[in-house]
Amino acid sequence: MIKLENIHKTYVLDNHQKVEALKGIDLNINKGEIFGVIGLSGAGKSTLIRLINMLETPTEGRVIIDGEDITDYKEVKLRKVRKSIGMIFQQFNLLSSKTVFENVAFPLELDNTYSKEEIENRVTELLTMVGLEDKAEVYPAQLSGGQKQRVGIARALATNPKILLCDEATSALDPKTTSSILKLLCELRDKLSLTIVIITHQLEVIKECCDRVAVIDGGLISEMGNTMDLFANPQKDLTKRLVSAVVRKDLNDLLEYTKLEPEYFEGGKAWFELLFKGDKATDPVLVEVATLLNLKISIMGGQINHIQNEPLGIMVVAVEGSKQMIEKAFEEFQKRVYKVKLVGYAE
Amino acid sequence: MIEFFLSLGFTPYISKITALLLEGTFDTFYMVFLATAISIIFGVPLGVILLITSKGYFYENTYFYNVLGTIVNALRSIPFIILMVAIIPLTKFLVGTSIGTTAAIVPLTVSTIPFLARLVETSLRTVPYGLVEAAQSMGTSPFKIIKKVLLPEALPELIQNFTLTVIVIIGCSAMAGTIGGGGLGDIAIRYGYQRFQVEIMIATVIILILMVQLTQVLGDYLTKKVDHR
Repeated sequence: MIKLENIHKTYVLDNHQKVEALKGIDLNINKGEIFGVIGLSGAGKSTLIRLINMLETPTEGRVIIDGEDITDYKEVKLRKVRKSIGMIFQQFNLLSSKTVFENVAFPLELDNTYSKEEIENRVTELLTMVGLEDKAEVYPAQLSGGQKQRVGIARALATNPKILLCDEATSALDPKTTSSILKLLCELRDKLSLTIVIITHQLEVIKECCDRVAVIDGGLISEMGNTMDLFANPQKDLTKRLVSAVVRKDLNDLLEYTKLEPEYFEGGKAWFELLFKGDKATDPVLVEVATLLNLKISIMGGQINHIQNEPLGIMVVAVEGSKQMIEKAFEEFQKRVYKVKLVGYAE
Repeated sequence: MIEFFLSLGFTPYISKITALLLEGTFDTFYMVFLATAISIIFGVPLGVILLITSKGYFYENTYFYNVLGTIVNALRSIPFIILMVAIIPLTKFLVGTSIGTTAAIVPLTVSTIPFLARLVETSLRTVPYGLVEAAQSMGTSPFKIIKKVLLPEALPELIQNFTLTVIVIIGCSAMAGTIGGGGLGDIAIRYGYQRFQVEIMIATVIILILMVQLTQVLGDYLTKKVDHR
């Protein structure tokens, strides 16, 4: 649906210095997919999403939308393409001088192809879809952040686009509102068979609704894959850092403040970090291993995340026993969980 | 006019100055109204052109913007009283004379257009660029972005700046009196200053204060009415 081929983008600053924002991006986003792009600020995310509707033109490379190479399109032709690509923004970008109704009607009024009645029906339909049917005559200033973004979504979808671009669309919202907006996006994707591209610096957003993710770092895609794979098995340092901040929030503290020795010592307990994924997350692993080897296992900490409705759990346990028993326990864990790691030994 | 006030039972002197002041007020209204209207007709498009040719906007052209900006600044730096005298040939060419209220409108307009253009430019700049981007993402043409996004969104600022412009024109129109421009300024100079008729001077000042106050009140009211932020 969206294909970016070897995209480079170089900005020339006032002092003739060149800044390379993107250094060769290849991306293929499938129809009906919710695709996330995550990166730190300055990584080139904003530039990347603006290339898809050509608000930014690439210095090199091709932009292909729905099989149509739009890279060399001129303004007038581009405007047509843009009508099939909706976009929502971090700052909502609603017109403060217009009511909610008029804001949503704005893209419909641009070309005189719709009658007044058609516009009215369409706007009402859109506002019902985003749950704001009672706010039509209100001005944006009177709405909460979440409601403003709902208006933004209704406006972006007014012309029945095939693609929806979300530029940090939830970054100005609180976690609860973020969640409700993401849920709405998921619903709309299913209902309207949209292709959605989300760029964000919040991994929670990716966790909640993206099918696939690209991690962008220094103008390049450093890692790309299914959301679950990325969370369960991050490869690059940046990804590991991002993922660990979400998936093991409390565990990081726990491991940091516990005095752990790297070598086994008499009377010490071995600390294991267990990673559960998918169906295995609900198996009674601890009890199984404990009864099998007749061991005492204590739970030190744990966290379960749900990624695309699949659980991903991390647990830290301490096992008491001889060196040999601990090695056996390691083997048994390995058979039963997604990943196991011996973190160290403590009193 | 004098007869009208005489018939109301005023003394001849009071009747005379009341008629004089009324006429002056009307002349000032006439000058200010026309000068404002013409200034808006030329100043708003000029301000829009300044904005859209500046960096980051759709017709970015640094060279053009700088040249136009310099001309605007140059015109703005000439004090009104000097400009008024300096452009007498232009005034004669356009109106046929350099004396009287209609003639005064020419220098008033010439000095106000660049002033207003800059105010319009800065007003439009207060519209967050994100709104322009959002409109572009919907496939809106630059002309429609100006008409449907920039101007309506900047309307509260624009009205404030139009108010300011009217007030500046009221002030300048009084100055035009010094070289025979007519209106309240003319009366204040001729009677109040040259003939030491202090009461006429005070009366013109009070009328001018009232005009400025009224303009400001009306401007603030309209701003509040269109501001939904």
